[in-house]
Amino acid sequence: MVIACASGKGGTGKTLLAVSLALACSASEQIVFVDADVEAPNAHIFLKPDIEEERVVEAFSPQIDEGKCDGCGECADFCYFSALTLVKGKVLFFPELCHSCGGCELVCPRGAIKEGAVEKGRTRKGVAREGIVFWEGRLKVGEPRAPAVITELKKAVKKEFPDTLTIVDCPPGASCALVEAVRDADFCILVTEPTPFGLSDLKAAFQAIQELGIPCGVVINKAGIGGGGILGFCEEKGIPILGEIPYRRSIAEKYARGLTLVDGEDNLKREVLAIYQALRRVTLKGAGS
Amino acid sequence: MKQVVVLSGKGGTGKTSLTASLAYLAGDEAVVVDADVDAPNLELLAERKPLFEEPLFWGRSAVIDYERCVHCLLCVSYCRFSALHVKEGLPKVDPIGCEGCGVCQRVCNFSAIEMREKLTGRFFISKTRWNNFLFHARLAPSGENSGKLVTYLRRKAEEKARAEKKYLLIDGSPGIGCPVISSLVGVDLAILVTEPTLSDQHDLERIVALARHFGVPHFVVVNKADLSLKNRNRIREFCSLQGIELMAEIPFDQQVLDALMVGIPVIEYDPQSPFSQGARAIWQKAQDFLKAQERS
Repeated sequence: MVIACASGKGGTGKTLLAVSLALACSASEQIVFVDADVEAPNAHIFLKPDIEEERVVEAFSPQIDEGKCDGCGECADFCYFSALTLVKGKVLFFPELCHSCGGCELVCPRGAIKEGAVEKGRTRKGVAREGIVFWEGRLKVGEPRAPAVITELKKAVKKEFPDTLTIVDCPPGASCALVEAVRDADFCILVTEPTPFGLSDLKAAFQAIQELGIPCGVVINKAGIGGGGILGFCEEKGIPILGEIPYRRSIAEKYARGLTLVDGEDNLKREVLAIYQALRRVTLKGAGS
Repeated sequence: MKQVVVLSGKGGTGKTSLTASLAYLAGDEAVVVDADVDAPNLELLAERKPLFEEPLFWGRSAVIDYERCVHCLLCVSYCRFSALHVKEGLPKVDPIGCEGCGVCQRVCNFSAIEMREKLTGRFFISKTRWNNFLFHARLAPSGENSGKLVTYLRRKAEEKARAEKKYLLIDGSPGIGCPVISSLVGVDLAILVTEPTLSDQHDLERIVALARHFGVPHFVVVNKADLSLKNRNRIREFCSLQGIELMAEIPFDQQVLDALMVGIPVIEYDPQSPFSQGARAIWQKAQDFLKAQERS
């Protein structure tokens, strides 16, 4: 089973819940943890993995053979992302606009474009605390396209651990990177906070998850600071509430030191396990997506 | 006209609370852009009056005509985004995964694939309660082109600001990917907000590398600075080693949350709170820096 942990908004405690859940469940099950927040991968800080393997994620990048190119401009006409432009009979390439679709190579009548590769980021694998199998992706700084790294990361995990309980820490937001991270998950936990910001972002994330047809449930972090309309929204949409994490400065301080909900004083392991049990109940019943 | 972006690497550091306070301080001297098109929150603090709204259709997605399709599945093998898959022998398009490149349409020998436009998001111009124009947008659910949308927002806002204003203030999105790059490139100053947590420190290093990569001058602000003194000291050390100015250290301030709950920026809610004092100091330093930059 693949459980994705998403949030819409950043800073709601998504990573904190995901790593705590992994640690709480690791006593009874083998866990694979995937940090798919490749723009800001942070789970390693809490899970402290020993990285054993690192792979470079490469994507297609056109290489233009100027000897063969006659400046016909077919590639530039085809490129939907305007990564190729014809200037004075010469083709110019703008790598930051390229989506690596490979179309230019396909349409070039002279065979002047060849497959090249550019590094998008890296995937890393190791063993973390409590024997958790740890994977993460890291977008190369300056590279705009996070989904490329997420895709490779998920592919590698699926190949090696198709049936293990997998927890995926997703990027914030509700756009292409989130979609790539949660796609194929069996269940999505939406972590939110009871503030107007939290509600607004929860709505956007829920809509995206619903479009993908993935069943989901909500965990309210920083519970107790207010209403924020979360309960009303969940009731209206029929989204189960799996549990909550209280708002306490001590939790923020723990987080600051790289500790999880199941560590140290203020141990909330029981609450975390209750969230997992609620999730299991909901998935067994077959929650509406 | 000078451009200032507020960024953070990670979400939840108080970026939007700070930008809203800066927008309040700048008043009608500034045009404000909410570049977090994925999770736009600034409008929630700004009590906006809508002036203009426009749907944007930039994306496109492949659509298969099954009357013509002969199930050769050539399209599936050429799609580099895994947006085409086989279901009961038929190729199926996943419109969310489809990037609209048109490769499948090109390779189809039976003209069975058509590219159709899809909604990218909606673009808005509003007037805020602090008398500045707010340029903002909302990405369609699971939308893409977020970087392009940010660029569009900025271009529109720049036109307005260049003609009649002193500042363009940009509230950035978390991360270091395409929308962040689009909001960072070419600005005069980046304010990088961080918290003294181990994860924020890690993200700060990445966002600093990004600002440096694009040659953008940057300062650091530590929010909730007293959450961990040890980590705060590490940020101080990092900044001094890297030669980055620490603009302000703001202690953990309950008022930020209280203000958020009633939907106004902290600086209006309690002008004397630690966060408000920090925001005023930051705005003063930003203005001084931009003036000095102009002179040199």
